[in-house]
Amino acid sequence: MAGYAYVAPSSLDEAVALLSEHAGQGKRVQILAGGTDLLVQMRSVDNSPRTIVDIKQIAETNRLDIGARETFIGAAIASAVLNENADLKALFPGLLESADLIGSAQIQGRASMGGNLCNASPAGDTIPPMIVNAGICVIAGSAGTRELAVQDFVTGVGTNVLKDGEILLGLKFPNPAPRTADAYLRFIPRTEMDIAVAGAAVCLTLADDGTCTAARVAIGAVATTVLLVAAAADALIGTKVDDTALAAAATACSEASTPITDKRGTVKFRRKVVGVLCKRAAAIARDRASS
Amino acid sequence: MNKIQVETSINGESVEFLCEPQQTLLDVLREELSRTGTKEGCATGDCGACSVLLDDRLVCACLVLGAEAQGKEVTTIEGIATEEGLHPLQQKFLEHAALQCGICTPGLIVASKALLDKNPDPDEETIRYWLAGNLCRCTGYDKIIRAVQDAAQELAHPA
Repeated sequence: MAGYAYVAPSSLDEAVALLSEHAGQGKRVQILAGGTDLLVQMRSVDNSPRTIVDIKQIAETNRLDIGARETFIGAAIASAVLNENADLKALFPGLLESADLIGSAQIQGRASMGGNLCNASPAGDTIPPMIVNAGICVIAGSAGTRELAVQDFVTGVGTNVLKDGEILLGLKFPNPAPRTADAYLRFIPRTEMDIAVAGAAVCLTLADDGTCTAARVAIGAVATTVLLVAAAADALIGTKVDDTALAAAATACSEASTPITDKRGTVKFRRKVVGVLCKRAAAIARDRASS
Repeated sequence: MNKIQVETSINGESVEFLCEPQQTLLDVLREELSRTGTKEGCATGDCGACSVLLDDRLVCACLVLGAEAQGKEVTTIEGIATEEGLHPLQQKFLEHAALQCGICTPGLIVASKALLDKNPDPDEETIRYWLAGNLCRCTGYDKIIRAVQDAAQELAHPA
């Protein structure tokens, strides 16, 4: 009877070969990065045996590369490591803050953005900022590498597009244009360690006179997946991101949201709060882009 | 069952052990290696009682597989005091009565040491946020914070 197994491939080729072999034999595999979701789920949700494939020894999943035009963040890099990189924080403050919000110092010592995305919780904090920063997933499999926009990666609660035999290598982000900045805010009932009740990420670009020329707004924890709200972005573009524009963006977010009522919040509360968060995040992004 | 052979270093000492693939570092420390200073509070990474350092990085041992310790340096509460005596954090925890039942204490000492190693002069807010992952049922946290502040002072300006 097959029990658990653990393997830590030292190269991407080895990892892909291993995953393909298991897929071919119908053997269950589970990819391990930080383990802060996986180990919890293994104990409380589903403890059936599987081969755990640790991707942390692979060069590509650990690669952090701030290039001239784009930045690559390897799927296995821990949040704590990312948040020690001042250049990365300066480029993508909202994205890095979202990683910094998750869990505790202990969690951040292991948890990765790649894992947060693949885990595909509706409330995954790094997902809205990934989307507003136009993140691209780089996926490797036996057929080679493919790329996909982050907003197309998560397919439902806890599900993503990765096929058997595939690994998320990392995320690519175009470096922000001048006078472009992002922000992410979430509501949690306590001060730390909670799961988002609602979250909003905004990335916007300002012209020299302060007019918004581009915007992306994504809301989290208020639908089965993170939603990219075009109407909220449209409410900001062409404006000076003043109170009227902010209010319109907030309304658009509330209207786009389809939250549930659960122990963390009611439908009514979440619809209201996601609008408020959108407003505040847009104001922060505007102020960051202006400075 | 395929047991995995792991070679690691714990508190500066080379250690080898066998473990099941799904066994956590916490299980291994306590059950295989009898280093019971590290405590299990929740097994879900929420309480911080199992805090250890893995290559100087603060983590929950319940969220690390034993197998992942291969080739790494693990620091547990047993490695905090030195031959000279208690670490200032331990001394200040005693002086400030920053423990009662003591179950959270190993995790808090390790987590506090990780903070002071990284940031020798943290303000109160920084300390509180850093220790958010360590829960205490007994003390109400305030004496813990005072102990950490005092230990930071002591480390910066040894008496």
